[in-house]
Amino acid sequence: MLEPRILKTLISIVGKEQVATEPADLLCYSYDATQQSFLPEVVVHPATAAEIAAIIKLANAELIPVFPRGAGSGFSGGSLPTKGGIVLTTERMDRILQIDEENLIAVVEPGVVTEQFQLAVEKVGLFYPPDPASLKFSTLGGNVAECAGGPRCVKYGVTKDYILGLEVITPTGDIITTGGPTMKGVVGYDLTKLLCGSEGTLGIISKIVIKLLPLPEAKKTMLVMFDSIDGAAQAVSAIIRHKIIPTTLEFMDGRTIDCVRQATGLDVPLAARALLIIEVDGDRDLLDKQAAKIAEIIRPLGVVETRIATTPAESEALWQIRRSVSASLRKVNPDKFNEDICVPRSKLPEMIRKIDVIAEKFSIPIVNFGHAGDGNIHVNIMIDKKVPGELEKAHHAIEEVFKGALDLGGTMSGEHGVGIAKAPYIPLEITPQAALYMKTLKKSLDPNNILNPGKIFLD
Amino acid sequence: MAKLKDLEDYQEEINQCVKCGACRAHCPVFAAEKREGRVARGKVALCQALLTGEVKAEGKVLEDLSQCLLCGSCEAQCPNKVPTDEIVAAARRRIVEERGLTTVGAAVAALLSRPRLMNLAAKTSGALSNLLFKKIPAQSGLHLRFPAPYLEGGRTLPPLTAKPFRERVPEVIPGDPDRPTVAFFTGCGINYMYPEIGEALLKVLKFIGVTVIIPKDQVCCGLPAVSAGAGATVEALAAENLRALSRTPVDQIVTACASCSAGLGKIHPQMGEEYAAQGKKCIDIFVFLVQQGLAEKLAALPKAAQRTKVTWHDPCHLRTRGITKEPRQILASLPQVDFVEMAGAASCCGLGGTYSVYHYQHSKKIGARKAVNIKESGAELVATDCPGCIMQLQDSINHLGEQARAVHLLELVVAALPAE
Repeated sequence: MLEPRILKTLISIVGKEQVATEPADLLCYSYDATQQSFLPEVVVHPATAAEIAAIIKLANAELIPVFPRGAGSGFSGGSLPTKGGIVLTTERMDRILQIDEENLIAVVEPGVVTEQFQLAVEKVGLFYPPDPASLKFSTLGGNVAECAGGPRCVKYGVTKDYILGLEVITPTGDIITTGGPTMKGVVGYDLTKLLCGSEGTLGIISKIVIKLLPLPEAKKTMLVMFDSIDGAAQAVSAIIRHKIIPTTLEFMDGRTIDCVRQATGLDVPLAARALLIIEVDGDRDLLDKQAAKIAEIIRPLGVVETRIATTPAESEALWQIRRSVSASLRKVNPDKFNEDICVPRSKLPEMIRKIDVIAEKFSIPIVNFGHAGDGNIHVNIMIDKKVPGELEKAHHAIEEVFKGALDLGGTMSGEHGVGIAKAPYIPLEITPQAALYMKTLKKSLDPNNILNPGKIFLD
Repeated sequence: MAKLKDLEDYQEEINQCVKCGACRAHCPVFAAEKREGRVARGKVALCQALLTGEVKAEGKVLEDLSQCLLCGSCEAQCPNKVPTDEIVAAARRRIVEERGLTTVGAAVAALLSRPRLMNLAAKTSGALSNLLFKKIPAQSGLHLRFPAPYLEGGRTLPPLTAKPFRERVPEVIPGDPDRPTVAFFTGCGINYMYPEIGEALLKVLKFIGVTVIIPKDQVCCGLPAVSAGAGATVEALAAENLRALSRTPVDQIVTACASCSAGLGKIHPQMGEEYAAQGKKCIDIFVFLVQQGLAEKLAALPKAAQRTKVTWHDPCHLRTRGITKEPRQILASLPQVDFVEMAGAASCCGLGGTYSVYHYQHSKKIGARKAVNIKESGAELVATDCPGCIMQLQDSINHLGEQARAVHLLELVVAALPAE
């Protein structure tokens, strides 16, 4: 519990209604999608950059840690108040300030939910491509802080590719802007890119300038089943070698298919040991041709069956298969570690084989699916925490999976971020020199270690 | 006496919540006020903490747990299908057991303080002495829904009928001997507020030759009491209804109120086998009519030259139990109707049992979204299958200053039937 005089100052900044200290409030802001829980000492709901700046100044004066939070839907613990202190939520800052159809940009507050923003720009024929699985509830502020990805990134890139500028409250409480509403800009360091994916450790985002694209006229979805994961992986390379970049290239391995079949009665032949959901978008006239060409390219690669959606409803049905994965997995084992390694896409089959070996070595089910098009694999290590020894096995398996990805020139996290979940593994990927570079940056910008301390790097 | 499930019985379901946050996209209460305690994930966390003793049933915990419509929107979209509505209802019962019904008002507390509900009417009439509710027996859920001292200004309510529906009709209305026999569970909304819906139902069933039994001694289904956490009341009402409805053997029990249908079909079955067997017999009127082939009969009628644009509102208590197709099938088959789908047809109207009584301003906010969707659909009428929804929808439309009317789909069906 913070001292009454500090609470009083917080109240004077944001108002009584926006400072919450009851046990129920603290509990409800103690968790995220990692299911870990750390109680904060106070939850504050600011509405403006000026309020955030005042809170940060106070936190520096009193040496209280501040944990910024969007929707609390992260998979790496980035928003968890691991050291008590202040949870600062952006839930009230949820306005779309501008959609500029002439310059194809938008300006939003950080608490806007990603899908709400997408629907708003699509109404005027514009397009914001990043589509993390959580887009119906995660916020743009959180997406920027974690540099969220999604299926469409294979063609369109990740969140940081759409962020032109930011308004940010620095760890010492100054309000700065980075970048701006122009497509070009090379004056000074590119702080916008630095802040994208900085996981709330270098600043709190209070405004986002976003680049938009024209909305593609149409899309076409197809589901292709292969008799092996190799076939599916080769298909990915083959499609791209033929200079077609699909909007999405999602894959599910044999174990994932089995899970979904078991849970939902999915109608997929037993011979299918991998499947790809391929979507192309663009001018309506070109799509049929493109889909046909893709089907032709991949035919020799052990295709068991191809289904091409002809209506939006059929397309939706194909995507439903992908969306049912998460819930289906739970039937394998109650607890899962959801890792999101990324390897060069040509290394995908090799990585899957490595994971199979690891699964066998530790005799725990590992289920793989994800974004084949950019080599981003969701590795789900399924255990039952209640069984003694399982948790340790899982940790060892995770470490080997990370090492395997790094050996292939990959990374431990494509889109979830480090937070606390991957912090112990950081030395595997980042050299001491690079880590020092990063820590020096953090230390000079946040001398009191106020902002999201203990994230990315273990203290 | 048979009992509802306790909060402890939901431990496994509570564990199923992985805190992913998906419910934030679908909770109408959260949409109206963005606070984690308002959303399913937060409420499930609070229920878990109640079980472990980490929080006590006081202050914000009570407030947050009261901020739930029990609409089931979250469960429908939850990857792990966590039944937050049932968990919150169980938590409310636990809170009431611990603390009494202080938050639900003196009138209701009086109602619950005695074991024999039927005897209470006279004793509690003082506490309930409000003109509006004078004619309604004390055990009716309407009192829980609108306890007089708490009725906030600005709510537009339908007038109460001078003569309740069940007093207007005989207990048995014979039909064709080779057609099924059904019991009609009327519910309080139809009995006291909208008897015309009951009359419409009888006309439609007569048209298809079904024999109808309307047990006079049936009572409230108890759903508003579920919402209020008044577990003992729910259990007592369920027992009374079991007695009343099993006196005469019937093929099925029809309801024309989504809440009643959920009471008999989903809530009471928790209490044991007899109740579960009764729940299986309970069928929504539109599912029954589709099974009886009425949709085809209506579709075969010549289309009217002048048609009315009508949209459909899914009552939560039908939608969450998968009943969404049959009413649309009936609606689309009506010769005098052009059926248009509105945006957000499946989202809650904002009534939520006792919710709208204690949180009328929030309830209004949720209802306002609905009213805008109705307006944008261009429909003149919004049809549904629940007196509670009809009342809330009409109130929301009225506040928006629009002309659309909320009706029960049965009224439109009756209007389409060929003259005898």
